Parts: sequence; C-alpha cells; structure tokens
Amino acid sequence: MASFWHWWIIILTTVTIVGITWILLANRKRGEGTTEQTTGHAHDGIEEYDNPLPAWWFYMFVITIVWAIGYLIVYPGMGNYPGLIGWTQLEQHREEVAAADERYSEMRSRYLAMSVEEIAKDPAVVKMGSRLFGNNCAQCHGADGKGRYGFPNLTDDDWLWGGSPDAIKTALLQGRRAAMPAWASVLGDEGIAAAAEYVVSLNGRTTDPELTAQGEKHFQMYCAACHGPDGKGNAIFGAPNLTNGIWLYGGTREQIAHTLRAGRNGVMPAFGDSLTEDKIHILTAYVYSLSN
Amino acid sequence: MKHEVVEKNVGLMMILIIVAISFGTLVELVPLMFIKQTNEPIAGLKPLPALELEGRDIYIREGCNNCHSQMIRPLRAETERYGHYSVAGEFVYDHPFLWGSKRTGPDLARVGQRYSDDWHRAHFYNPRDVVPESNMPAYPWLFEREVDGTVTGKKMNALRTVGVPYTDEDIAGAEAAVAGKLEIDALIAYVQQLGTLLQTRR
Repeated sequence: MASFWHWWIIILTTVTIVGITWILLANRKRGEGTTEQTTGHAHDGIEEYDNPLPAWWFYMFVITIVWAIGYLIVYPGMGNYPGLIGWTQLEQHREEVAAADERYSEMRSRYLAMSVEEIAKDPAVVKMGSRLFGNNCAQCHGADGKGRYGFPNLTDDDWLWGGSPDAIKTALLQGRRAAMPAWASVLGDEGIAAAAEYVVSLNGRTTDPELTAQGEKHFQMYCAACHGPDGKGNAIFGAPNLTNGIWLYGGTREQIAHTLRAGRNGVMPAFGDSLTEDKIHILTAYVYSLSN
Repeated sequence: MKHEVVEKNVGLMMILIIVAISFGTLVELVPLMFIKQTNEPIAGLKPLPALELEGRDIYIREGCNNCHSQMIRPLRAETERYGHYSVAGEFVYDHPFLWGSKRTGPDLARVGQRYSDDWHRAHFYNPRDVVPESNMPAYPWLFEREVDGTVTGKKMNALRTVGVPYTDEDIAGAEAAVAGKLEIDALIAYVQQLGTLLQTRR
C-alpha cells in the first residue's frame, strides 16, 4: 500500500476514535442522578427528561473504545502496520492447510503405496472416498453412483472406458471425451431408421427382418469401427456395448435413432488439475469398490 | 456547541451526520479503489467475450447471485470444497461484482470446467434430473429464447468507460458473435469460464 493511503487510514481512524471519545466525554453529565430537569422539548405536552446516560451504558461505550484501540494494536488495521502478533488471513489459511496435511498425509501416502484393489476393501478408504465422491462426482453420477440419463452408472459391471483400477484412475486424472459423430447427413432418414432397427435387434428384440438386414450393412460400414463387428463395444474409444441392454442415452427405437442422427459427445471432466494424487487414488479405490 | 444548535438547524445536522457516517467508507472502501493490490488483474485475465458477457447478464437477470456466491474465503473448509480462495485481481473487470452474500446453493467462483456442458444443460433444464435432492429452480425458457445481440456492443462500450479494456473490434463484432445463440449457450459459456485462471491441486 502506498504511504499516502497508509497515512490516510491511520489519520482518519485516529480522528474517528478521538472524535467519538471527545463527543462521549464532552456531553457527559456526571453525578446528578435522576433529575426533574427536562430538555425543553415538548411534544403535545409530552416532555423529555434530560438525565445523564446510565452508567452501564456509558461504560459499555468506553469498553468498546478501549477494545478498538487494543484490536488496532494487536491486529492489522492501521494501514501497513502488521499488528503485534502479525496475524494475516492467508497465513491462518496456510497454517490450517499445513496442519491438515500433517495430520492426513502420512495416512494418504501409505494408501498411495498400496494397490487400489487392496485399499478398496478398507472401510476407512471407502468412507473417505465416499466424501470425495459426494463433493466431486455425485452431481453427475448420483450420490449412490448409479448415474443418470447421459451419466454412466458406476455400480454395475458395464464400463465405457474400462473398469480396471488403471482405467478408472486415467478417467479421473485426464477426463474422458466421447466422440460419436452425427450420422444424419451420411445415412439419411432411411439409413438411420435401418441402423437403429439393427441396433435394437442386437438386444434380441423383435425387429423388421428386411430393415434389420439393411441396417446391418450400415452398421458394419460405419459403426463397427468403434462398436466392433458384434456391437460389443471397445473401451479404447469409450464405445459402449450395444448388446447388453444398458443404455446411457435410452434404448428405445426413437432414442437410438436420435443418438444416431445427432451423435453423442459425453464429457467427463479431468480432475488431475484439481485433486492431488493421493485423493485420486482413494477416489479410484472408492469407484472400484462400487462394482467389485 | 450546544445540542440545541444542532437540533434546530437541519442543514448543519445533515452535514454533521454525513461527516459522522462517512469515516467507515473513507477508511475501508476508498483506499481499495486506488491501491494496486485490488486494481491489478491477475495473469491471463481478459474481459468477457460477447457470449460470456450476455451469459453474465442472464446470470444477473435470473438472480443466480441471490443463491450462489462467487467468493471463496481463505478458510480450509472452503478451499477443500471449492478450490483456491478468491483473490481481488480476479474481479477487476467485474461491474458489478457478483460475489453474492448467500449460499442457498454452492459457491460458483470456480465452477468453470468442473462439469461438462451437457451436465449444465440437463441441470439448467431441470436440476432434479441430475441432482434429485436439489431445490434449485428450473430454467427451461433459456432453451427457447435467443440472445438479443443488438445491445451487446453497447454494453461493452459502457463497460469500457468504467475501465474494462474492450477493443473496438470486440465491440464491432459483438452482435455477430452472439447471433443465433440461445440464452442457455450464453449462460453455460459464462459459467464454464468462472474461476478457471487459478487452479491448484488440493
């Protein structure tokens, strides 16, 4: 802070405190107790006594002034003057964080050295993990991890990008970006209907045989590259298995056709920049424990 | 000076009242308007582009700041949950500040990039669809209304007069930049950039 503002604050603060003290003392009446003297005001015959301030009120006022002076000596307040104890908000925060780190880091690094499978069975890890999950993951995947329309269920055995500890950790660190293109312009309305019919047939539902056969051709040409010739998906691309009846964006004909037409680009944000390695490890173990 | 003089002279009383109540402002507020620490933008801070600016105005119009703060205090409980505490340099281009003072919902100072755009769309359309226990109102009309770009440039110009460094090109291109965008696009664009300049692993 420039010295102008430093002195500005000090002088104005001092003037205020001195001024208040002066007003308080200069207007004080002492020793008279309750009198019959009035202020001379009369409002429709109602008059106002001119009694001294009650002693308790007066001394409370004095205490607040003394308190203010004491505060300004001990804590920062007077411009650049740091205060006797050198307290700052940021230093207090640093101390809080350091104290927490000291308390938890030993335990966290012990867990970090152990494998995900191992610590996933530890109730303490699961408890910590569930709190981290509640704060960082539950908004999309639900408090129970069961997901929502468009946000995968983490408690079943079906994984878009793989359910191994490594795959889960990679998802957490780097996020995931699904890239299913929109096929409306390539396939046209009829092609979309046919391809949707074929995808429906992959789930053993009754379909129109002719349309299905036509759709299979489209599927093998355009879809099989990611979803595999058998439609069982590929975790490398995050391409879902289309044969197990688990649908991220709905499994009705209309919903499948819509997905085909418009494409799907689900995004899982990366947490590698916001959560530390040890917390990601614990979170990985928690997510792993949900389905294992 | 006798009390009576003050009591019977309204003009003098007004002056004395103004003097009495202005000390707090003069000491606590006025220096902050001029000192370097509160007026220097942090590294990388840029004025909001046209779409984000319109998003900010929707944020204000819908009263988001009545339930969401944008101010992470330097307390561990907050930095653990939300991320790095807020610093003054992040807000130098904010007119008005949207710090808020009430947290019916969570703080949003670092919500940018925390969720996907899809999540925000689902959540703004009906928060219960993604967070069953949420009591946030739904904002379905944002998905129907287009951003009115006719005054975007004027808004930028107004902000420039209070010190936000918009360029002439920014202002000239503002209307085109938001043309055809829905209000939801603008709001999500605004929300997704909140607090992204300061990232720490916690």
